[in-house]
Amino acid sequence: MDIKVVDCRGYSCPEPVIMARNAMMAAGKGEIQVQVSTAVARDNVTRAARGLGWAVSTEETGEDFVLNLTR
Amino acid sequence: MFCLQEKGYIIAAGAVLGILSIALVLSGNPANMGYCIACFLRDIAGGLGLHRAAVVQYLRPEIMGLVLGAFVTALAFREFKSTGGSSAVIRFFLGTFMMMGALVFLGCPLRMILRLSGGDLNALVALPGYVLGIWVGVRFLNMGYTLGPAVDQPKANSYFGPLLAAGLLILLLAAPAFIFFSAEGPGAARAPVALALGSGLLVGFFAQRTRFCTMGSFRDVLLFRDFHLFSGIAALFVVALAGNLLFGSFTLGLTSQPVAHTESIWNFLGMGIVGLAAVLAGGCPMRQLILTGEGNTDAAVTVFGLVFGAAVMHNFGWAASPAGVSLGGKYMVVVVWLLLLGLGMAGSLYGKKTTSFIGKVKSINAG
Repeated sequence: MDIKVVDCRGYSCPEPVIMARNAMMAAGKGEIQVQVSTAVARDNVTRAARGLGWAVSTEETGEDFVLNLTR
Repeated sequence: MFCLQEKGYIIAAGAVLGILSIALVLSGNPANMGYCIACFLRDIAGGLGLHRAAVVQYLRPEIMGLVLGAFVTALAFREFKSTGGSSAVIRFFLGTFMMMGALVFLGCPLRMILRLSGGDLNALVALPGYVLGIWVGVRFLNMGYTLGPAVDQPKANSYFGPLLAAGLLILLLAAPAFIFFSAEGPGAARAPVALALGSGLLVGFFAQRTRFCTMGSFRDVLLFRDFHLFSGIAALFVVALAGNLLFGSFTLGLTSQPVAHTESIWNFLGMGIVGLAAVLAGGCPMRQLILTGEGNTDAAVTVFGLVFGAAVMHNFGWAASPAGVSLGGKYMVVVVWLLLLGLGMAGSLYGKKTTSFIGKVKSINAG
């Protein structure tokens, strides 16, 4: 199975949200992995994804966060 | 993990800011200026002698409180992180432009909300300007606007913001002869240091936890139909309005408003500059202070730009006064609008070329 990976590390909000949204819109459903480097981006992408009906699970990888979005 | 992202907390943040704004005015701050990040940074620029407008010189402890409050909170919640390297020079001038627009209107977006809550209808003229600026910025964001990613920086970078805030606090308390303190005018209207500092620390905590931002409030509505941040400034407005009505400081009208002028077109265009520059910089002046406390050196550079902008505006005679906007100030507004549109275009083209959001999405085979 293909997982889309969106690397937003280093970008500050709202850019990660725009990038993640574009990926979610393009995919429609499936699994998307979003990488972010701030807690703000983690929270905002999580909120945006849930708003679009995607489930979110988060893991912390050292300094960064990986969000797994599924729908 | 304890995180104040639920709606209740952002509303609480706005309400606390509203209550403290009213309390600060009652205790001595200028009218409708419980909080004004642009005005306070301008006062600090004056206190340091970077401009010599004698009526607006004071080291406002609210500013130091905000930075230090955010710093301590970020440390406590393990969100303090030394980052930077995302277009420092552009950010410096976005800070400068934000201050320029704010000093044409006579207030940052926060004070615009507070002026509105005090019945100042000039703020009602400026508000659509602010929203227009943000709307233009959102168009650029949708076109792919970016200043590029920030990367980890050597730790020492991130401590300069909080250390500078602490240093300013020491200068305020020691009051050496080379620091300027207004004897009259808005700069002489001050709440007690302990209250001003304490309120700054408290708001710094709330703002760090909730990401409160006056620009983000409108941007998220325009961009995502997301009213999360907006509920914060709505709460701020309602609480400050109630406070003004309660304490008899609500006066509806365009004329005779405190620290304000009635040149509507320039109020509108000036606040438009703040809105557009804030979107391009990723945060309103207050948000930049909070980010500085979190170790974001790009935000620290933006704050330096704000201070520089204040010095330029007063030294060149471009800052508005209750008498209105000078001719130079009006030319400046037009030039800065054009510069911001150019920066927005340039950032959008850069974004398309380097980090195209669609191009960023790559497929990996997980099977």
